[in-house]
Amino acid sequence: MKNNFNFSPASGLEVLKRRHRIGAIWKSIFFLATAVGILALIVLVSTIVNQSFGYVAVESKVDPATLSEKPLESLEAEELREILQANLSKLLLRRAEKQKLLEDRGKEDLYNLLMDQVVDYKIVKSWSLSASLFQKDRILAEKAQRYPNAKLEFKAWLNPGFLERTMSSRPELAGVRTALKGSLLLIFTTIISALPVGIGAAIYLEEYAHKDHWYNRAIQTNIENLAGVPSIVYGILGLAIFVRTLGAFTSGAAFGIPAETGRTILSAGLTMGLLILPIIIINAQEAIRAVPISLRQAAFGLGATRWQVIWSHVLPQAMPGILTGTILAISRAIGETAPLILVGASTFITSDPTGLFSSFTALPIQIFNWTTRPQDTFRNIAGAAIIVLMVALLSLNAFAIIIRNRYKKKTI
Amino acid sequence: MESQITKTKQFTKGGLKPVTDDILLLRIKKHPRMKEFFIQALLFFCGALSIFTTLGIVYELGKESLLFFRTPGVEIVEFLTGKVWQPAIGSFGVLPLVNATLMTTFFAMLVSLPLGLSAAIYLSEYASQKIRSIVKPALEILAGIPTVVYGYFALTFMTPLLRGILGEDQVQIYNTLSAGLTMGLMILPLISSMSEDALSAVPKSLREAAYGLGATKLETSIKVVLPAALSGIIAAFIIGISRAIGETMIVAIAAGSGPALTLNPLKAAETMTGYIARISGGDLAYDTPDYNSIFAIGLLLFMITLFLNIISRLLVHRFREVYE
Amino acid sequence: MTALTSTSDNNSFAIEARNVHLHYGSFRAVKDVNLQIKARKITAIIGPSGCGKSTVLRAFNRMNDFVPSFKMEGEILFHGKNIYDPDVDPVQIRQMIGMVFQKPNPFPKSIYENIAWGARVNGFKGNMDDLVEESLQKAALWEEVKDNLKKNALTLSGGQQQRLCIARTIAVRPEIILMDEPCSALDPIATLKIEELMRDLSSSYTIIIVTHNMQQAARASDYTAFFTMEEDRAGVMVEYDITSHLFVNPKKKQTEDYISGRYG
Repeated sequence: MKNNFNFSPASGLEVLKRRHRIGAIWKSIFFLATAVGILALIVLVSTIVNQSFGYVAVESKVDPATLSEKPLESLEAEELREILQANLSKLLLRRAEKQKLLEDRGKEDLYNLLMDQVVDYKIVKSWSLSASLFQKDRILAEKAQRYPNAKLEFKAWLNPGFLERTMSSRPELAGVRTALKGSLLLIFTTIISALPVGIGAAIYLEEYAHKDHWYNRAIQTNIENLAGVPSIVYGILGLAIFVRTLGAFTSGAAFGIPAETGRTILSAGLTMGLLILPIIIINAQEAIRAVPISLRQAAFGLGATRWQVIWSHVLPQAMPGILTGTILAISRAIGETAPLILVGASTFITSDPTGLFSSFTALPIQIFNWTTRPQDTFRNIAGAAIIVLMVALLSLNAFAIIIRNRYKKKTI
Repeated sequence: MESQITKTKQFTKGGLKPVTDDILLLRIKKHPRMKEFFIQALLFFCGALSIFTTLGIVYELGKESLLFFRTPGVEIVEFLTGKVWQPAIGSFGVLPLVNATLMTTFFAMLVSLPLGLSAAIYLSEYASQKIRSIVKPALEILAGIPTVVYGYFALTFMTPLLRGILGEDQVQIYNTLSAGLTMGLMILPLISSMSEDALSAVPKSLREAAYGLGATKLETSIKVVLPAALSGIIAAFIIGISRAIGETMIVAIAAGSGPALTLNPLKAAETMTGYIARISGGDLAYDTPDYNSIFAIGLLLFMITLFLNIISRLLVHRFREVYE
Repeated sequence: MTALTSTSDNNSFAIEARNVHLHYGSFRAVKDVNLQIKARKITAIIGPSGCGKSTVLRAFNRMNDFVPSFKMEGEILFHGKNIYDPDVDPVQIRQMIGMVFQKPNPFPKSIYENIAWGARVNGFKGNMDDLVEESLQKAALWEEVKDNLKKNALTLSGGQQQRLCIARTIAVRPEIILMDEPCSALDPIATLKIEELMRDLSSSYTIIIVTHNMQQAARASDYTAFFTMEEDRAGVMVEYDITSHLFVNPKKKQTEDYISGRYG
């Protein structure tokens, strides 16, 4: 072994150089690995944007311009009704009236009927944004060859109408309004059910529970384990308990509300509440732990009871932290899909949810549904829906960061 | 209370005596504080609710699984070792589903472990404050993206990419490789942030000792810091596996719908979670073998992930005991 | 303690520790303390760090209860009643035996709220404005803050914050005020102000102060108890006497070594 220690200056320098070179190589490897993470984010976002905008080839039986001088979207219900009556064949008119009288239909409904039955607006082919920007010649050639009757238009799949329209079997007429409202109502139910319990549990564990008692340790361990349970298992639990066992309550039947199944917003919200409960508890515990002991001592020293100390001093101090953690938990809930499939979110529903006992759809469910359809154009609206979802998530996170920063400034 | 305070005041004026005083004894005597008691009971209930959640999961999964195994023609041994999953012909062998889950998990870890660990080493040992302030939020955003979006990404980007590289006739539209690789990207931030926590928890003195012996930064990071943080890193790895096994939406969208026992990652195969999602997404009739089977698979899933999570937590605790 | 009985009146003890042993889990922090605190006097507890003087102080108003592993043997008599008896309410004890802490710890609320809160939770129903003014007057802070009562207490200087903490304690009308190194975070001028304030307050309150600063004990207290720790790290009381006696003419060698700076 001794012979291996060769400290001759020349070879020593050589070895050192080599060691540094290896160090530099690995440093670049580590950096590249880190860059992959960022690259993945960039590619992911651009893939979605790429799908949400681009040229489409549109075919229509009737040119909208021949129906009215004004763009059809801007017409009033009365004008739409007139056009429909003038252009719809008797048979089709009767069929439409059978579903619902024209008189009773709203503006949006009439517009959809007009586009569907008269104009017969159909997107026969869509191209991605990158192709639209860089390969316009190819698109024009393909269009001329395969869709000679179609008109080429640049379409933003994500548009104000997309947010206002409801579900449709035709991608160009589909929108996310119902899903968006379903998601909002769902999140509302989730917060109402999980936040008070979560804060309560965190207070108990941090302020009351003696770690010497086995049951307190069991609660703590259990919460940590629950945080790692796959969301689909929560879905199975929700299906078994809220949808089936408690179906009478979650369907509203027990309250005299006519309903079919327990596959309601209430069931989904409670399931989602259970799912984010451990996250809320763990975050709230951290926030409560961060309140200085000296503050509690000061209050106890004045002869306050434990609850007085918690209510007047600990909770107000911990609140920003608790809220930040809750917002992060909510952003997890907004994107969760699997549990909603299990508790039975409807994939095709055109009426807005009206309350806790409504059947519903939600944004991620809609994305899932559209993604798995074979037609390409559904993937375009799935992309647009993803953008809506991501904007909602990012604004929530930004909100959380603002709360955190404002709180930091205050305490300094 | 007011009168009591005035009394105490007079009392103070009158001088303190080391004799028992009736008023004082009355004041310091313990009286039941009902409000405090009820609040504590309520808060305890909030905490205990999580226990009920676990009991609920175990009870429901267990009960329905039991019903499933009582179905004529279904046996636990056959369930665990059978190579065909075809409820229509009464064949319930879970191996094809488990195999697909293991394959997607394998590819996910193949991506997320080296990349996540390298990123963690870079962030904890090399990166400047400025780079950290860019990379960390980016990774946090990546971690916060809903998995249904990753599923979309797998189908619209990863699969076409693979088909472009390996040939369309080789790669099916739904395949476990695409789902697995995408899942790897999803888990990457989890591995990197947990590993980075473990690396940062290694005391500075240990690094300084290595530098003091003439080690380069790489030698210090790999030969001193990394082994010291190993149990924390293994914990991250195990949590990553648990996440991959339980992940649903990516595989439901991109891995394929139809159980198939194949080792070819370019072919479609349905995972355990994918099966549960597909069956429950359809019209589900209660108390059929189909319905009950999702509980049996759910129970299997729950036990595997729980086992992994517990091991991971034990490792983290042991790691903390050493350094904190 | 024999030294005391010769110089003082037996009938004026505010609180008394009898054969008190204090434990944290299996560690015995303080051993066999017997200490009779004179009413409306300032008693200083001095000693090297780690000798358990803060632990003893906190035993007087049951602030140690929050340490789960804490256990006590012996009795602490308050008006002849052991405050550790199971039928005694620790919350009431802390109202009657107030505490000022090492680091000023005002609530992150307004100056007014800082004082009003304690009184309010203790059921005070009188005129709150008067109580706030009176308490701030007594704590010699009124003149400095009377125009800014709505200001956040954290904007005050360290010395002012500590006087606010004293005012807050006074507002719940305790009989005894425990002070745990109240000046250790303050500059000399603020320290002097607190010491003057203690002197004023001692006409109506019993004050027990823990300090690591011997000069402070010598300057500001009437009685001094000297604690040290034995080889097993358990704190013991070595000597307790009138302050001037203890500093001028210590009876024990350990005391003499400590006050003459020959300790450790």
